Amino acid sequence: MSALGYAAIAAQAGAVVVGAPLLTGWMRQVRARLEGRAGAGTAQPWRDLRKLLRKEPITAAGTGPAFRVAPALLVASTLVVAALIPLVSTATPISGHADAILVVGLLALGTVTLALAGLDTGTAFGGMGSSREMTISALVEPTILLAVFALSIPAGSTNLAAIISGAAEDPARLASPAGLLATAALAVAVLAETGRIPVDNPSTHLELTMVHEAMVLEYAGPDLALVELGAQMRLTVLLGLQASLFVPWGIATAGDSWGSLLLALAVLAVKVAALGALLAAAEVFWAKLRLFRVPELLAGSFLLALLAVTASYFLGTGGGIL
Amino acid sequence: MSLLRKIRGTGRVAEPAPPRPKDEPPAAARELGGSAQVRCIDAGSCNGCEIEIGNAFGPVYDAERYGARLVASPRHADVALVTGPVTRNMAEPLRRTVAAMPEPRLVIAVGDCARDCGEFAGAYGVQGAVGDIVDVDLEVRGCPPRPEDIVAALRTVTGR
Repeated sequence: MSALGYAAIAAQAGAVVVGAPLLTGWMRQVRARLEGRAGAGTAQPWRDLRKLLRKEPITAAGTGPAFRVAPALLVASTLVVAALIPLVSTATPISGHADAILVVGLLALGTVTLALAGLDTGTAFGGMGSSREMTISALVEPTILLAVFALSIPAGSTNLAAIISGAAEDPARLASPAGLLATAALAVAVLAETGRIPVDNPSTHLELTMVHEAMVLEYAGPDLALVELGAQMRLTVLLGLQASLFVPWGIATAGDSWGSLLLALAVLAVKVAALGALLAAAEVFWAKLRLFRVPELLAGSFLLALLAVTASYFLGTGGGIL
Repeated sequence: MSLLRKIRGTGRVAEPAPPRPKDEPPAAARELGGSAQVRCIDAGSCNGCEIEIGNAFGPVYDAERYGARLVASPRHADVALVTGPVTRNMAEPLRRTVAAMPEPRLVIAVGDCARDCGEFAGAYGVQGAVGDIVDVDLEVRGCPPRPEDIVAALRTVTGR
């Protein structure tokens, strides 16, 4: 069990690091095909990262420690989340610590680090990007927390491993009004948290519409490689979390063998790739929201999450936390 | 759903890839390994070159399939696509933009104006061609240059 548990942690973290650029490449490829283009291939983000790591590091004049530590801290905090949450197995040696509040806190740590780095550059666009990111993040983090709470009421715990293994045994929880509302709320929150299209445009060149890009304008070379890898890992982790919470089948549980671990890894790859393709396809049909409309969208998703918690409490099938 | 029907009806717009250009890539391009982030700099162009660059990255010529991608910041860029004769007001910004790009970096002068001031040679507001202000690695001829030629220059850089 122990060797298998540690192998599961290594598999999760490794799959997120190796798979994150591939997921981004895959999503760009899907989008390119829908736009009638040929596309650069799924491995292109890895080529970009390899090249960035070889380039000259530049620390912009006037920047301090916040600018220098942000890339490493962003990747490290996301890597901890990738190891913690039950992507491949619910029975790892650290799955007891996979608390929803801790996971949301670690994701917020990455967001705040990058926002501070954006402020640290002292440029107009860096500060503007940080201010926008904080506005969005202040609305998104409570939504993620509430959506997970709605699912935690039937499980009786905020531990993600307990929530996911409970849902795998009792799928009726997911089809309940609370489960469906929480799915919708979390989907919108994931879009906002990862800077996808209705909230932020990941491929924009117009400084006035940027959010994430505006904060990282001053990064170059290996630092930029870490920032890009960190952002791609966050997308992978959040899509993986969404997949694990709402399609919990295929994840290895306690007492499983090496074979089921491999199967769980393959199932995770398929689930995340399918979600990524769906997101990329949806982005072709959507336009970016005007910035002043973004809080309305996020308030809507917060309301869905609140309804999910209420429904979960009142319509609960018993065994609640109260 | 009409958009979905349109996507299905249109299919692939990108033209088949022409054979790889035979020009010897500049030394700095070999370190890039099939990936080039591109920053456009308009040093005083009439915007004819910009339209053609836009076409080169559009669905028909699809420069992105060869590993080139437009980025928002010179710090992220490997390649500067400079257009137009360099005007007095843009000479210093151009020098600073190229200096802000991390090594290894390349400068491509796009269009006849960027190569030798073209139509605007000797005009009172023009400081000189791009080569007079910064070191140029590659040049693209034409007024305006053909998107195929811009794509060929970018392919020489990415080697794909």
